[in-house]
Amino acid sequence: MTENNVLIRLSAAALAEKLAAGEVTSVEVTQAYLDRIAAVDGGPRGVHAFLHVNTEEALAVAAEVDAIRAAGGAAAEELHELAGVPIAVKDLIVTIGQPTTAGSKILEGWHSPYDATVVKRLRDAKMPILGKTNLDEFAMGSSTEHSAYGPTRNPWDLDRIPGGSGGGSAAAVAAFEAPLALGTDTGGSIRQPGAVTGTVGVKPTYGSVSRYGAIAMASSLDQIGPVSRTVLDSALLHQVIGGHDPHDSTSLPDPLEDLVAAARTGNVDGMKIGIIKELHGEGYQAGVENRFNESLELLKQAGAEIVEVSCPNFKYALGAYYLIMPSEASSNLAKFDGVRYGLRVLPKDAPLTIERVMGATRAAGFGDEVKRRIILGTYALSAGYYDAYYGSAQKVRTLIQRDFEAAFAQADVLISPTAPTTAFKLGEKLNDPLAMYLNDVATIPANMAGVPGLSLPGGLADEDGLPVGIQLLAPARQDARLYRVGAVLESLLEAKWGGPLLDRAPELAASAVEPVETLVDAQEAK
Amino acid sequence: MAAINRDDVAHLARLAHIEMSAEELDRMAGELAVIVDSVKSVSEAAGDDVPATSHPIPLTNVFREDVVGHTFTAEQSLSGAPDAYEGRFKVPAILDED
Repeated sequence: MTENNVLIRLSAAALAEKLAAGEVTSVEVTQAYLDRIAAVDGGPRGVHAFLHVNTEEALAVAAEVDAIRAAGGAAAEELHELAGVPIAVKDLIVTIGQPTTAGSKILEGWHSPYDATVVKRLRDAKMPILGKTNLDEFAMGSSTEHSAYGPTRNPWDLDRIPGGSGGGSAAAVAAFEAPLALGTDTGGSIRQPGAVTGTVGVKPTYGSVSRYGAIAMASSLDQIGPVSRTVLDSALLHQVIGGHDPHDSTSLPDPLEDLVAAARTGNVDGMKIGIIKELHGEGYQAGVENRFNESLELLKQAGAEIVEVSCPNFKYALGAYYLIMPSEASSNLAKFDGVRYGLRVLPKDAPLTIERVMGATRAAGFGDEVKRRIILGTYALSAGYYDAYYGSAQKVRTLIQRDFEAAFAQADVLISPTAPTTAFKLGEKLNDPLAMYLNDVATIPANMAGVPGLSLPGGLADEDGLPVGIQLLAPARQDARLYRVGAVLESLLEAKWGGPLLDRAPELAASAVEPVETLVDAQEAK
Repeated sequence: MAAINRDDVAHLARLAHIEMSAEELDRMAGELAVIVDSVKSVSEAAGDDVPATSHPIPLTNVFREDVVGHTFTAEQSLSGAPDAYEGRFKVPAILDED
């Protein structure tokens, strides 16, 4: 392995230590990641995790951190723990100085005049931003295939989906193109990509990380959170982005718990961990179920008490989600009207009224899945249907919250597989919207109730050798429990595997110039 | 609950300001009928006694001090507009010609 290959495989925590000790500079680290992106992200068989690479600014921030460290003194002392550690940002989150597309043609070339609060906090911590990552258009999807800029590929198998909507952030981290990334999770868009790429992803408690500057899909469900390769790295990033923000009226005023300490002092001895009866078994792939049971066994050996809980109303969660989410999305996406920002398309014939310009702009600017959800939401909110659809779905939300309350009366944290299957093939579910929606069956309840969830790698499924995700859920405002249990499970699993799961991922061929098969063939010929 | 048909989709597309071709309307009507059918159990899940939840963690009366904060300049606000004129958004005709 070359020196850079070693560097890019280090965790963010390890990089931070090396940077603080002066063993490596931020410019070296940032350049190593930019080189990796150049090597594996482009070309017809590239990972395509990035929609925009922010080379100049990232290196400038890295050089600034290096200069402060080199000068020493108070300024160097005050540097944030993660200063100089690079990060990728999902392209749903607005950034000054880089385009923000939300994966849509309607925002192609648009630049935000302001930074999202989470981006401002990355800048305050002096973390170089490597670029913006690919996603399903407006975060609507579970495979990243609904991006208007082409799908992202799963680094474990380039013919498979990296999950969605945040497939770009998860694939970037899994392919060692970034040590950390930001994602957004409305129904599983951080956790499900984490599961299928063998990475860690956390959806924090609703309102505990500011949504200011995240382009809204469903405002009562959306949450920004960390994407990483280790549980501790997610805790470190969560600590940077979390906490109250007056710009977001749903932001919780509570002070942030010490999540990093929770990850560092993981302990499950005497803890009650609840298996959700309704979130495993039938409908879950055998290999997923096996890895799930294996994790339960390890937790039991570490002193946890495993109990079974029932959440009978979870069976309505998916249906209620597909009423609430499109309803809120249809309202949130009304702002894309061809007047204030983004695309404007003129109809081919007169009269050129604003109504017709809007109709033509939205027809050309939105993809099929976005149109489907806008129409579905408009339907659910229309007169005569509101009570039966949106109203009923909001009542189901109450039932789901009650199920969680009852479950957390019996267990400190809950556990389930993150997704019912491992990564499926690109194109496999693209023409069957309902089959695509079923990927989120285990992740949606947390969004409906606002509780936090974490997905971590649970191993590889026996039948296909692809990553399986284990999901942990905690009561609202108890995100620290996820890190406490997650860190323990991660260390038990890694001890069993003899190292991180990603060490077993296939080495990616440099694909910027030639398709991967060509390169592999050439190497074999030698 | 009623099923969703092609005429419904055409009406909804007009409400949502999305032009749709005949082919698109046909396809969308078929796809949406399947989705609507799959969510219909939701209306039977909860009784009348169950209150609705609109936000998972409700906060009430979130106010700030009534002082001028950061504001964008006209130039910044117009920076992403498809068309602008003398510091304003330029909008196509609001009314029909006739």
